[in-house]
Amino acid sequence: MKRFRCEEVVELATAYMDDALEESARGDLTAHLAGCGGCERYVGQLRATAGLLGRLRNPQRHAANGSAEAPPEALPEELPAEARERLLAAFRERRTADPRSPL
Amino acid sequence: MGIIAAGGLPPDDVVVAGLRSGDEELFARLLDEWSPGMLRVAGSYLSTRASAEEVVQETWLAVIAGIDGFEGRSSVKTWIYRILANTAKKRQARESRTIPWSSAFDGAPEHDGAPAADRPDRRFHGAGGPSPGAWREPPARWPTPEGEALAAETRDRLAAALAELPPRQRTVITLRDVEGCTSEEVCEILAISAANQRVLLHRARASVRGRLSDYFQVAARPS
Ligand SMILES: [Zn+2]
Repeated sequence: MKRFRCEEVVELATAYMDDALEESARGDLTAHLAGCGGCERYVGQLRATAGLLGRLRNPQRHAANGSAEAPPEALPEELPAEARERLLAAFRERRTADPRSPL
Repeated sequence: MGIIAAGGLPPDDVVVAGLRSGDEELFARLLDEWSPGMLRVAGSYLSTRASAEEVVQETWLAVIAGIDGFEGRSSVKTWIYRILANTAKKRQARESRTIPWSSAFDGAPEHDGAPAADRPDRRFHGAGGPSPGAWREPPARWPTPEGEALAAETRDRLAAALAELPPRQRTVITLRDVEGCTSEEVCEILAISAANQRVLLHRARASVRGRLSDYFQVAARPS
């Protein structure tokens, strides 16, 4: 059995979370986490980081109390309406004018 | 989990048949369901929103033109994201002639953001210390998780932390953690090895975690 050092645990945390470690290494790492509060917290925070990033996917909800908060620029959420219309037109033209399509 | 499970769309064979036969309503649903994620992924390559929008449009046009040639070796969504990644990469190469930072990491794909082996990590005791490789000081506790909606400030912090990552790390963490792709899907979309994917993801997550830690500690300090 290998005794991992904290430094190594921190480096392997993503492989551990992805279940990409060999079984013995996985067991040794689990044992380290059980006895090391610092590493346990680190792995928990890495997991929390991934979880918070996943919540960026949810559409931004603006305060319902009518505050005029501008939407953030950094995370575009929708295609502009004109672009959407253009793509729908392109689809219509291409997919219905295609001679191979059944009539 | 994986991106395939996206909200209420019919299975792939139905989607492919619908696209081929000109089902406009289905196409509109795909546009609305997938474009937001595609914009985020395109944005991980490109510095302006306008460029990301153009890449997404170009991708959809390629999908319209190429659906007859889709062979079903991956899911439709993975196929589309692959076209997206390649289109964004080309666009990035073109723009990097005027924006030097985005090409700064192209030269060392396997070592993107990895710490230099000879630089000791100050968070841990050195080789001469009482317990080499152990925490000098364990990570500080974070506040309890926020409720259902992410606070606007946390959102901004996350966006800022993503923005300062090296481009390849940013794309991988966007696909994995923001969009919820599996590691297999990311490898397929970006044509990279599982090991490379993991290294890039780990560096990216470690950086974002560090930024969040700084933020939470400042926020927790009594004023
Ligand atoms: Zn430890």
